[in-house]
Amino acid sequence: MLFGTGLAALAVTGDADADTAQAPQAMPPQAGDLLVQATGPQAGQPIGLPLFKTPNTLIQAWAKDPTSGVVRNGSRLNRVLLVKIDTAAMDDATRKRSAEGVVAYSDFCTHAGCWIETYHADNGVILCHCHGSAFDPTHGANVTGGPARAPLASLSLKIVDSHLVAAGPFDGRLGIPQT
Amino acid sequence: MFRRSLFMTAAFAACVAHSARAELATTPAYSNVTQPRLDKPEPQNWLMPRGTYNGWGYSPLNQVTSDNVKRLVPVWSLSTGVVDAHQAPAIVNNGIMFVSTPQNHILAINAKTGDVIWKYERKLPADMQQLHPTNRGVALLGDKVYMATMDSCVVALSATTGKLAWNRCIADWHQGYYMTLAPMAVKDKIVVGVSGGELGIRGFIDALDAETGKEDWKFYTVAAPGETGGNTWKGDSWKTGGVPIWMQGNYDPASDMLYFGTGNGGPWMPDTRPGDNLFSTSAIALNASTGKLKGYHQYHWNDAWDWDEVSAPLLIDVKKNGRNVHELVHAGRDGYLWEMERTPAGKISFVSGQPFVHQDVFKSLDPSTGRPTYNADKVPGTNKKALFCPSLWGGKDWPMEAYNPQTKLLYVPANDNLCAEITGEPLGPREAGSLYVGVPIDDIFSSMRPRPGVDPTKPMKIGQLQAWNLATGKKVWTHDFIDSATWGPVLTTGGNLVFTGGTNDRMFRAFDATTGEMKWQTRLNSGVEGTPSSFMIDGVQYIAVQSGYGVDAERQNNGLKKMLKPRLDHDTVPNEGTVWVFALLDAKTANTAN
Ligand code: FES
Repeated sequence: MLFGTGLAALAVTGDADADTAQAPQAMPPQAGDLLVQATGPQAGQPIGLPLFKTPNTLIQAWAKDPTSGVVRNGSRLNRVLLVKIDTAAMDDATRKRSAEGVVAYSDFCTHAGCWIETYHADNGVILCHCHGSAFDPTHGANVTGGPARAPLASLSLKIVDSHLVAAGPFDGRLGIPQT
Repeated sequence: MFRRSLFMTAAFAACVAHSARAELATTPAYSNVTQPRLDKPEPQNWLMPRGTYNGWGYSPLNQVTSDNVKRLVPVWSLSTGVVDAHQAPAIVNNGIMFVSTPQNHILAINAKTGDVIWKYERKLPADMQQLHPTNRGVALLGDKVYMATMDSCVVALSATTGKLAWNRCIADWHQGYYMTLAPMAVKDKIVVGVSGGELGIRGFIDALDAETGKEDWKFYTVAAPGETGGNTWKGDSWKTGGVPIWMQGNYDPASDMLYFGTGNGGPWMPDTRPGDNLFSTSAIALNASTGKLKGYHQYHWNDAWDWDEVSAPLLIDVKKNGRNVHELVHAGRDGYLWEMERTPAGKISFVSGQPFVHQDVFKSLDPSTGRPTYNADKVPGTNKKALFCPSLWGGKDWPMEAYNPQTKLLYVPANDNLCAEITGEPLGPREAGSLYVGVPIDDIFSSMRPRPGVDPTKPMKIGQLQAWNLATGKKVWTHDFIDSATWGPVLTTGGNLVFTGGTNDRMFRAFDATTGEMKWQTRLNSGVEGTPSSFMIDGVQYIAVQSGYGVDAERQNNGLKKMLKPRLDHDTVPNEGTVWVFALLDAKTANTAN
């Protein structure tokens, strides 16, 4: 069979790479993109500070190209989560990326790709419901529990006309680390 | 792991190539899998997840016995390079083992030596979510290996090279469809079903042509208006009615009948889909050639508790009052042990139902149909809280029971003394690929409660291995696992043994099949959710199982850690997967073991 040339010839087979060309809708958030609500009755609306109504509020968002109006929801990887936390608790890098206490991370859990919906302010944990991975929003969404092995990618924010806007692209690896 | 071997130094490569050449001589030629072989597998092989079509999880091999099992030792192990719930069995065909893992990898391995022959890695979409990162096994037919994938496709590979023969996607993963089950190979067809009940799908079973992947027939598990059972759904609720197929079915070659267990209706709260919701939470009989529904028995109607009836009923002949009854037997997630009678035409009729764990939802069963009535205060709904037992994970989740024709006992991996409390919330609009459950996530996460009256501050009996005599309807023995649920599928053998893992202490155990006495245990690298199997090569009987912890076992254990705090604080269960193979330490195995 495959042993004739030794172990170096062991076959690892898989499927062909998918087409990687990205339409604007599938592109990850870009600097200057307006963040808009991804879910709920106000889906599509921009996000201002008053929307963070409770300490536990976690807002799921898409990035929207302000020029073309394209909402970048063409890939599940592109969804962003926003929570408002105590600036004093943030490490320097996180504070630099934040805007008025709001921090933004990839909403795509690095364990197995579920969208994250929950923030527990009492213990300061962003929690993925799928298998219980926990991330610390004050320190770059480092993993603090559960099966995830990598932090969530972070997104720098700024405020323009009272609304949250991406100040740059995602920082850090997006998606599930390959084993 | 063997990626590293691709770049090894020349000197080392030469050395390994030598041993690989030596291996060439011992790697058996591949024996094609024919329908007669699947109908009656040779005792030395394990050609499908439960060994045989009747779902027994029984190996007639009897070299390893309850008397000598204490001499069972690892012969080889192999890290899969993957984490999460490794639930698949080692499928073995004349010395070649096929193991699937989470992330839809397949390893083809020399079952005697542990040498890897080939490896297949599915390239899954980067932006896909995996609610259940697991895979429950491969199917063999002809010269091919088949796997159902997380992105709702079926792949057929050459059994000798791992090269892709065909790939057929049967549903759109963006819509929440995925597959975890082992395909079934039946009469030139590959039969699979879809998951996604928490994501607003409409469940179905598909039969594909084994040579081409072309769809042969399709059966929707949610009846549409105008179809049989269509009047058990109101309005458009059938379009998102769930009823996933989590597991492979069983099969009766004599009547050409497939039997599956079906999942719960979706969303979870029963008031969102009033009616019986056929064919949810049922055993169904489908003609394997046509896919036509020939019979069904709904264990419980209009589910409110996430009690998917995940595993297929076992086909067992039971002597009842002097009559040989062709039964279907299922230990339900609803906590009842169900016995039904099947006919060659596919009709399924109720025989008996009784709780095998504490169950406080059913008030009574109709003596002729088995239809339960419910205690209304135990039925959660939208804005209605209810505490009920067993928990969301039920009396027995997906891990499969086993039946031993020698002891005539059914072995059930059960979980007792756990209950749940949930409240439904009004549903928003469905978003493709997002949860569509109708219960707040935090509620689900924190739903687990101890059974009222059970003190969780004391060591708590939770997981159980139970043995039932079906002829008398009596439980014969129980082994309790303390402070741990069990998530271990069961293997029983001709050596009067029962093998299972499943607990949070990472043990893999063997019990005397007659008495329930624990005869052997060994602690592995991770929790053992794998389906154990047994096979024989060159006169040596092997027991194989995968370790690798995750998904619902881990979710539930996280809840237990909170409930039993601080007793489980220091118990960590790693997630790394490993294939383990054991045999007796004696003259025949000494060389390999050394
Ligand atoms: S996908 Fe988030 S914990 Fe598994």
